[in-house]
Amino acid sequence: MSSAISSREYLQRRSFIELDARTRAKSLFDSRTDRELAGPFDRIESPWLPLQGVTPQADDGCIVMRGTIGGRQAVVIAFDGAFQGGGIGEVSGAKLTSALDLACRDSQEGKPTSAVLLLETGGVRLQEANLGLAAVAEIISSIIALRQYAPVISVIAGPIGCFGGMSLAAGVSSYIVMTPEGRLGLNGPEVIEEESGVEEFDASDRSLIWSIYGGQQRYNQGLVDVLVDDDANQMIETVRDLIAQGIPEVHRSQQVDLYRSRITALDTSTQWDPAVVLWSAASLARPTGRDQRPTDDKKEHHQ
Amino acid sequence: MEQFEFNYPAKRKIPKRAHVGVVGSGDLEVLLEPIDSPTASVRIRTSVDGFKTTWKAVLDRFFGRYDGAVHIEINDAGATPGAVSLRLQQAVEASES
Repeated sequence: MSSAISSREYLQRRSFIELDARTRAKSLFDSRTDRELAGPFDRIESPWLPLQGVTPQADDGCIVMRGTIGGRQAVVIAFDGAFQGGGIGEVSGAKLTSALDLACRDSQEGKPTSAVLLLETGGVRLQEANLGLAAVAEIISSIIALRQYAPVISVIAGPIGCFGGMSLAAGVSSYIVMTPEGRLGLNGPEVIEEESGVEEFDASDRSLIWSIYGGQQRYNQGLVDVLVDDDANQMIETVRDLIAQGIPEVHRSQQVDLYRSRITALDTSTQWDPAVVLWSAASLARPTGRDQRPTDDKKEHHQ
Repeated sequence: MEQFEFNYPAKRKIPKRAHVGVVGSGDLEVLLEPIDSPTASVRIRTSVDGFKTTWKAVLDRFFGRYDGAVHIEINDAGATPGAVSLRLQQAVEASES
């Protein structure tokens, strides 16, 4: 973890977050096996944004690449957080769904194809509200279809994080990988502040926000499988390992009883302090550190 | 959002297409493609209205030095003239590397 690396290592590492979405996607593939599908020169862009005076982007902020990772077939779908906050529109949603469905078809035909989602998204793009919501529903069913045959890995690396409907998509994936800089939640802090007031939740309080939504907290809560530093090499290795590991015995979202019992066990009579880990180490029996594997969840589930 | 087009004479064929940038606040996306005729055309879509003369000045300056036969599409989200020039140079570099 960050505290363990020297300043020299810190300066020399190759940041994953600082890479743009296309470079992040490309970096995961075995050298020269990647090719982009429906790229910017195909100009499959949002027809709705120009009508609202918003400049569209030629790839609609969604990058789809196919190739091999650790010698295994994979498709990587990356969202560009700089364009519309990575929001899901009709086109970007359809690109993601089609990529997952093609991977599912190939997997059914005996060519297992994993999917890696590089999520940097605030959820549904408000300018395309209903179409975006419909897209999220399709994305979730496509993930659930594919995960029977090959792992679907959600990576939440950057500070935009993963919110709204796309947090549900992350929730149904086989594995979630985060960095401490990443954030994961259903309602974003600004939304809660807007709805309930700044006394309830101060969205400008960064340490508060990260202590609740941040990768470290989500990992401690057992909602994330692997926590990695912002290091491209570590990220590549982690994704490769998870693809090699294959489908988990039980997916997180299938463990309804486990998560229901955890919520039931929560004492909401007093204010929760983010410094105290929910479902603490004692109940989770999880060691800390990078070498976390979802098998812990399964053990827990079977107990 | 405004859209406009500019045309310039060109002499040189360029080796390949290039895509750089992102339509993020204060930034822009450039798609640069080789064409067969000895001309250069630029299509701009910008979220900030009322800067056509500034765009023309930036592009006049760029094509004062660049002679590639290209079609360029720019999707802009409020980049400054300096940022536009840098992205254009980056696209040229990417198309010739």
